[in-house]
Amino acid sequence: MISANLLAIFYLISGILFILALRGLSSPETSRQGNLFGIIGMAIAITVTFLSIDNFSSGFLYVILFLLIGGSIGAFIAFKIPMTAMPELVAGFHSLVGLAAVFVAISAFISPEVFNLGSSGNIKLASLIEMSIGAAVGAITFSGSIIAFLKLRGLMSGSPITFPGQHILNLLILISIIILSYFLCLSQSPNFFWSLIAISFLVGFLLIIPIGGADMPVVISMLNSYSGWAAAGIGFTLENTALIITGALVGSSGAILSYIMCKGMNRSFFNVILGGFGGTDQTSSKKSKEQKPVKNGNADDAAFLMKNASSVIIVPGYGMAVAQAQHALREMVDSLKKNGVKVSYAIHPVAGRMPGHMNVLLAEANVPYDEVFELEEINNDFANCDVAYVIGANDVTNPVAKTDPQSPIYGMPVLDVEKSKSVLFVKRSLSPGYAGIDNDLFYRDNTLMLFADAKKMTEDIIKNL
Amino acid sequence: MEIDPFIFRLSIFILSIFVGYYVVWSVTPSLHTPLMSVTNAISSVIIVGAIIASLAGTNLSVFNQSSIFGFLAIVLAAINIFGGFLVTQRMLAMYKKKKKDKK
Repeated sequence: MISANLLAIFYLISGILFILALRGLSSPETSRQGNLFGIIGMAIAITVTFLSIDNFSSGFLYVILFLLIGGSIGAFIAFKIPMTAMPELVAGFHSLVGLAAVFVAISAFISPEVFNLGSSGNIKLASLIEMSIGAAVGAITFSGSIIAFLKLRGLMSGSPITFPGQHILNLLILISIIILSYFLCLSQSPNFFWSLIAISFLVGFLLIIPIGGADMPVVISMLNSYSGWAAAGIGFTLENTALIITGALVGSSGAILSYIMCKGMNRSFFNVILGGFGGTDQTSSKKSKEQKPVKNGNADDAAFLMKNASSVIIVPGYGMAVAQAQHALREMVDSLKKNGVKVSYAIHPVAGRMPGHMNVLLAEANVPYDEVFELEEINNDFANCDVAYVIGANDVTNPVAKTDPQSPIYGMPVLDVEKSKSVLFVKRSLSPGYAGIDNDLFYRDNTLMLFADAKKMTEDIIKNL
Repeated sequence: MEIDPFIFRLSIFILSIFVGYYVVWSVTPSLHTPLMSVTNAISSVIIVGAIIASLAGTNLSVFNQSSIFGFLAIVLAAINIFGGFLVTQRMLAMYKKKKKDKK
C-alpha cells in the first residue's frame, strides 16, 4: 500500500502524460510518441490504483479478469475495424465512457463509504452534487452516443427526426433535471437518484434524434466533450487528480472540435443542436433543376482532361467514404503523377462524418499527409489549377454559399472549385446534397458530371489513363 | 484559516481546461480523428474509480450491489482503453510523409 500523497503524485504524473499525448498530435511525426505517453500514463494510473488497495480480497482477481475481458474485446475491435467505420467506432466508444461514468456514480451512491464520501443516506453534499453531475452527463453521453452510433452505422435513418413541441419538451426535461437534483440533495433518496439517471438517458436520446447525418461531426465532437465533463464530475467525486485533469482536457478538446466544425458550416452551435436543417428547400430545388442542362461525361473524357492537365486538385467528401474509393483514388493519382501531373488534395473541415475523417481515409490509402491540405491552405490554388476532381463532396463546393444570401448555407466557407479550368464532379445522381439545396456548380460550362459510383468511376478512369 | 481541498481540485480543473485549450488548438486538423480516439481512450482513466468501486465487497461476498456496477464499469472502460489506444496507434501508423522530396 502506498501513501495517499504518493498516490496523488502518481495521478498527477498520469495527467501530465495525457497532456503530452495530446501535445504529440500537433504533427504526425510526434504523434506516435504522444500515443505512447498516453499508454504509459494509463498504465501508471491503473498500477498505482492497484497498489493503493490495502486488503487484497479475492475481488482483486475478478478485477484483473474483467480488465482482461474488456481489454481483449477492445483490442479485437481495434484490429478488426475498417477505417471507414471510424466515426461510428468513436461514437460507440463515447457511449462506453458515458455508461462507465454512470456505473461508477451509481456505485458511489450505493456504497459511499468505499470512497470515503460519508455513509449511505448521509453523503457529503458536495460529493452528492458532483456524482449527480457525473451521472447525468454520463447518461446523456451514453444515450446520445448510441443514437449517433445507430445513425452513423445506418441502422437508423440519418435524416433529422423532429416533432412539434420538441424544444419545449427538452426544456421541460432540463428543468426537471435541476429540480430532481435539488430534491436529491435535500432528501438523499435513491428514488430521486434513479429518476435523475433515467431522465438524463432520455435527454441524450431526444437531443440527438433531430440532428441529421451531415451534422454528425458536430455531434461527435460534442459527445466527446460531454464524456470528458462526465469523467471530470466523477473525478471530483473520487477526489482523483488524474480524472479531473483528463476530464478537463477531453472536455475542452471536444468543445474546440465542435467549435471548429460549426465554423466550418457557418452555423451556431445551438442552430446545429436544435436540429432540422433544410427540410423545406428540397422540393423547390427539385422543380427548378429539371430544366437546366448539364454536361454529362464519361471516364474516357475525364481521363483525357486529367492526363493533359498540369495540376489537379482532388476534393473528397463523404461519398468517397461510402464508396470506399480512397484506394482507387490513390492509384489514379499515382498514374497521374507518372504523367507529370501535380496532384494535391483539398479537405473541407466538415467533409465526412467526423473531424479529420477524410484525412484518415487518405492516410489509409497511403496518401502522404503533406499532399493533403486544409481549406485555407489550398483555396487560392483552385484558380491556377486545371482540373478539380470532386469525389463524393457536394455542399462544401457549392458557390451559392458565397453569392446567395437567401441560401441556407450562405456564409459557409466553401472550396472554390469553380475557379479551376474544369471541374469533374463524380456523383451518383443530380440529387441535392445534405443541405437539400441544388448545387449551381452542376450546370456550369466548365463542369463535367460523371454519373457513377465514386469507386467504379475512379477505377474506370485509371483504365483510360 | 484553511482552504477547502475542493478549491484545490477546482484550480487543477480550471488550469487543465486552459492547458487543454492551448494544446488542442495546436493539434493539426488532419489528426482530428486520432485526437478524438485518443481523448476517448484517456477519458477511460475513469477505470480507477471502477476498480475502487469493484472492491467494495468482502472476501465472503465479492459481488454486492455496488461492486457489480464497478465490475461492469471496468469492462466498459477496459474496452475503451485498449480499443482507443490501439486504434489510435493503427491510425497514426498510416500517416506517412512523401518519400522523396521534403516539404
